[in-house]
Amino acid sequence: MVDQTLTSAPARDQPPEPRPPALKPLELARWAWRQLTSMRTALVLLFLLALAAVPGSLVPQRSIDAARAAQFAAEHPHLAPWYDRFSLFSVYSSPWFAATYLLLFVSLVGCVLPRSRAHLRASLARPPRAPRNLGRLPVHEETTSTRTPDEVLAEARTLLRAKRFRVDVVDGALSAEKGYLRETGNLVFHLALLLLLLSVALGHLLGYKANVLLIEGEAFSNTVTAYDTWTPGALADESSLAPFTVSLDDLKVRYQTSGQQRGAPRDFEASVRYTSSPDAPEKSYVVRVNHPLKVDGVKVFLLGNGYAPVFTVRDRDGRVVSRGAVPFLPRDGNDTSVGVIKVTGTTPQIGFDGFFLPTAVIDRAGPHSIYPGLKLPRALLSVYTGDLGVDSGTPQSVYSLDKKGLTQVLGEDGRKLVVGLAPHTSVTLPTGETITMDGVRRWTSLSIARDPGAGPALGSALLALAGLMMSLFVRRRRVWVRAAAGDDGRTLVEVAGLARTEAEGGEGLTDEVRELAEQIGTMRIGTTS
Amino acid sequence: MTSEALAHLSNNLLYSAMAVYAVAMYCYAAELAFGTPRRRSAELPDRELVAVGASPAYDVPGSTVATDEDATRQSKASRLGRVAVSLTVLAFALHASSVLTRGLSAGRPPWGNMFEFSTTGALAVTGVFLVLLTRKDVRYLGVFVILPVLLTLGLAVAVLYTESAQLVPALKSVWLLIHVTAAIIASGIFTIGFCQSVCYLVQERRERVPAAERGPSFMDRLPPAAVLDRSAYKMHAFAYPIWTFAVIAGAIWAENAWGRYWGWDPKETWAFITWLVYTCYLHARATAGWKGRRAAYLAGLGYATFLFNYLVVNIWLVGFHSYAGVG
Repeated sequence: MVDQTLTSAPARDQPPEPRPPALKPLELARWAWRQLTSMRTALVLLFLLALAAVPGSLVPQRSIDAARAAQFAAEHPHLAPWYDRFSLFSVYSSPWFAATYLLLFVSLVGCVLPRSRAHLRASLARPPRAPRNLGRLPVHEETTSTRTPDEVLAEARTLLRAKRFRVDVVDGALSAEKGYLRETGNLVFHLALLLLLLSVALGHLLGYKANVLLIEGEAFSNTVTAYDTWTPGALADESSLAPFTVSLDDLKVRYQTSGQQRGAPRDFEASVRYTSSPDAPEKSYVVRVNHPLKVDGVKVFLLGNGYAPVFTVRDRDGRVVSRGAVPFLPRDGNDTSVGVIKVTGTTPQIGFDGFFLPTAVIDRAGPHSIYPGLKLPRALLSVYTGDLGVDSGTPQSVYSLDKKGLTQVLGEDGRKLVVGLAPHTSVTLPTGETITMDGVRRWTSLSIARDPGAGPALGSALLALAGLMMSLFVRRRRVWVRAAAGDDGRTLVEVAGLARTEAEGGEGLTDEVRELAEQIGTMRIGTTS
Repeated sequence: MTSEALAHLSNNLLYSAMAVYAVAMYCYAAELAFGTPRRRSAELPDRELVAVGASPAYDVPGSTVATDEDATRQSKASRLGRVAVSLTVLAFALHASSVLTRGLSAGRPPWGNMFEFSTTGALAVTGVFLVLLTRKDVRYLGVFVILPVLLTLGLAVAVLYTESAQLVPALKSVWLLIHVTAAIIASGIFTIGFCQSVCYLVQERRERVPAAERGPSFMDRLPPAAVLDRSAYKMHAFAYPIWTFAVIAGAIWAENAWGRYWGWDPKETWAFITWLVYTCYLHARATAGWKGRRAAYLAGLGYATFLFNYLVVNIWLVGFHSYAGVG
């Protein structure tokens, strides 16, 4: 970036009267551009971006965890509207965050473009001519040679060329420069950051994300309607999604069985079958964490898991009115899960809600599970009758009951009835229906993502890294050699060097210059270093 | 040996390493306290190639030793310094064995939780310091390096200790090796750079007082501010691309594990913030008015964001990276 050291210092020295004329719009624009693209501004913007990123890590973000953000808003009813006003629940898509990084990138472009031009010019130009007095340079050697000045310079030229210096000989003096890649690397780094930003934008515009909950034995196809949540990019084409289908055969979960971390999951393995298009042959794959399924540029990841007990409800006459696996959502590390069953085929309708516990315990803390594996599976359900409200047309969650039109069923003792079920057991309700738990299946939630910007983003990041290393580790330096015939018939040789690298301290260069002087000269006279 | 026996051995090795570190630290401190002032010449290039335990900078030819008494004092002090380096090598070996046996005990790279990150991170700091010692005379840094190493290990043993166990599924990936190793190495180098920046700030402040008016201080045994500043810059410039790589590797891993390469998870956010602040530092050094002291403050801030990411984010902030194992 441009090292902008211009300040208003000269203006300060002027007497206060008369005031300088107001800037014309064009001048003002140029002044503003200069300010924006100055190194100082870039520094401040970098710092501001770092600062702007902080609140997003402290305040729950809707884009990351919508439930936590909602909970925070509910717990802080007075603060939340103010947070909303400043986009604190969505920092990374907020106007002020965008403004910061866009300004930074504009500043970056404003720095990089003129520097690219200057670098191009420098790359085409010859190395600068030797200064009149080489003795004044920080690294300097003198030596003599028995050969003619031209021979000495020719040899220096060969030696420096071999070390990949750019060499030019003018008027009995040789100029050489090396390390242009430093600036090249610097420019590549900054341009690659720009490419990275564009790749991220590309992914956001064209990509999509979706979630789906899949129970063992079920399948889904890559269509918008099949998904529980669907987050497309602004330009994502919903009509031409890759036509693949995935079915889940089996989900295996292994837990830590002993020690401090007992119950912590150790392995998830989802065996799936998939077809990339309706006519394609079916293939098998095991999806694990860190091993997503890849179909047609779309990746399918394991996100979460839980239990889906299978219930059958029969009416008074023994006819099956409802049968199926019902996903229950885990609430804690031991998979204490909650869920509901909605039975619409009876009059009045019946609703159940309650717990599924893979390893059940009931104590003072209420019913809960003490291990996430299926050691002692139990379902504990409250029963309601009435109108479930599913026919009202308003969308309903499948994980909760709308209890407006429902009455809770009481047991014979007059207390609220709780039905306890183990696998393969049945309970007959006071209303005459029978509910059976036929077994327990598992479900997994899958995240389906397509990000066409990911590849370009990786490429840009690696390019930036390569540029960065060049710009930090390539040393740019100049070497001059002057050879002149001395009084005694010998040739007097001066070699000098100048490190052009900040904070380098000229080490390495001293050795380089000394070595060169020793190679082309025969006797060393003196050193300044 | 069983996994439990190995874990037990690992703990014992760690305690031994801590004891040896502590003795080494006192020796470094004693060398600083009792040695004679380093020759005060800003021109002195910081490139004396000093092998571990070989003659240090103040013995460069041309230095005039003031009195015999000074010389005796100096030779005693530098003997202490050499003892300190030997002890550091010993402690490093014990420490490395502890990390190794911990890994063997768990059957995986030993960085699956905060305790393991801390011990491995501290090992990286000592490792970087020892490598640096073979190339430059940085023995003066000893006490400033071993102190944070000891503090980290103390924190690990007392607060963060977690039983040796298997990994959570999200960590089972080759990227654990790549991403975490890069992050740990970068943090080791940043730590040394931070120590040098702090020394620079103190030295710079001291040098603003005319030499005649300065009282004696162990800071006289440290190189001049300009040298400290340059060494600190080199450390940061070396660590910065490694940190950049660690962030990129993390993004690749995140893409593979969670389906997005960047999700503003608190850990990711703070790694980015650290990166930005160090970017500021590197730019500041090339900006008029920001060189020197202000740049050093930025280096300090960068290190502070790194520590925040390590301690606060891992333990208190909710995110995908919550596997500190502290609880």
